[in-house]
Amino acid sequence: MPRRIETIAYHDSATPPIGDIQHGGGVLMGAIDDLVREARVGSLWPLTFGLACCAIEMMSTVAAKFDISRFGMEAFRATPRQADVMIVAGRVSKKMGPVLRQIYDQMPEPKWVISMGACASSGGVYNNYAIIQGVDQIVPVDVYVPGCPPSPDALLYGLIKLQTKIRGKRLGGLIELTPRTLEQADDQHH
Amino acid sequence: MTNIIRDIVWPIASGMGITLKRLKERKVTVFYPEEKRPTFPRTRWRHVLTRYDNGLERCIGCSLCAGACPAKCIYIDSAENTDEERYSPGERYAVRYEINMLRCIFCGYCQDACPTGAIVLRDDFELSDYNREDFLYTKEMLLEPMPISFGK
Repeated sequence: MPRRIETIAYHDSATPPIGDIQHGGGVLMGAIDDLVREARVGSLWPLTFGLACCAIEMMSTVAAKFDISRFGMEAFRATPRQADVMIVAGRVSKKMGPVLRQIYDQMPEPKWVISMGACASSGGVYNNYAIIQGVDQIVPVDVYVPGCPPSPDALLYGLIKLQTKIRGKRLGGLIELTPRTLEQADDQHH
Repeated sequence: MTNIIRDIVWPIASGMGITLKRLKERKVTVFYPEEKRPTFPRTRWRHVLTRYDNGLERCIGCSLCAGACPAKCIYIDSAENTDEERYSPGERYAVRYEINMLRCIFCGYCQDACPTGAIVLRDDFELSDYNREDFLYTKEMLLEPMPISFGK
């Protein structure tokens, strides 16, 4: 964390002693924050949740040509207890929905979901009684990757977008207050 | 002793030999965010609504692409061109042209159905985003910019 050490070195009376308040609290906590965040970004372990043809593209993302291990994500886990990011690859039927939700609940926090492909994101061409029209009806989705199926580089782009999202998130900032909740808190205060 | 060489040393050495042999072969990995692999001429990704060389839109709002779409992800609202307000050379033009990119399966049937070659699928595959609402691509997002020669 050279950036943080620099803050101490050039400290003067104009700078608040606890450091960079706008960017997440004190000097020590900021350093830990950065460290944990980089660890999370650099070792996203995906959960194998291949349901259809998108899974083939997900597999070839792991293979030598695209090599997902360049981003520290090569450790695909078959158990949700050891996974960080769930890549929902393929169409989710109404019967698969509860299974998907249970597997999502079994993943430890912090966890992310990538909805890969048209079918997982919105149902795609399968606008019928059997397919869930968008996996975001049962789990919160972080990144949508359109395509049918998305090519491995399109999935990699989605994963890079997810990494950007995690980098922008501070520790302890897991509960996001909506403007409405803030207003209610304000009302109680007055 | 011979057992140790036969059962332990030799298998490890022969295995590492294969690894060493593969080391001097050509590397296949595409370093994606820095470099992109070359696309094929018929790659089908993000849609673009094209224009004629004089800046007029090719789309005439006929809804044939919406009819051909197997995922029913295209919505078109068309209106009549007037001499004061002319968008396309034909009688009609598309007021609204919306594609739901999450529904779209990039089959290219819209491109085949289009009588004027207005909608084409190009090679921009970087479409991922965070919010569902951002995937409703409007006509302004799909239309290609005015040709450089326009206005001279």
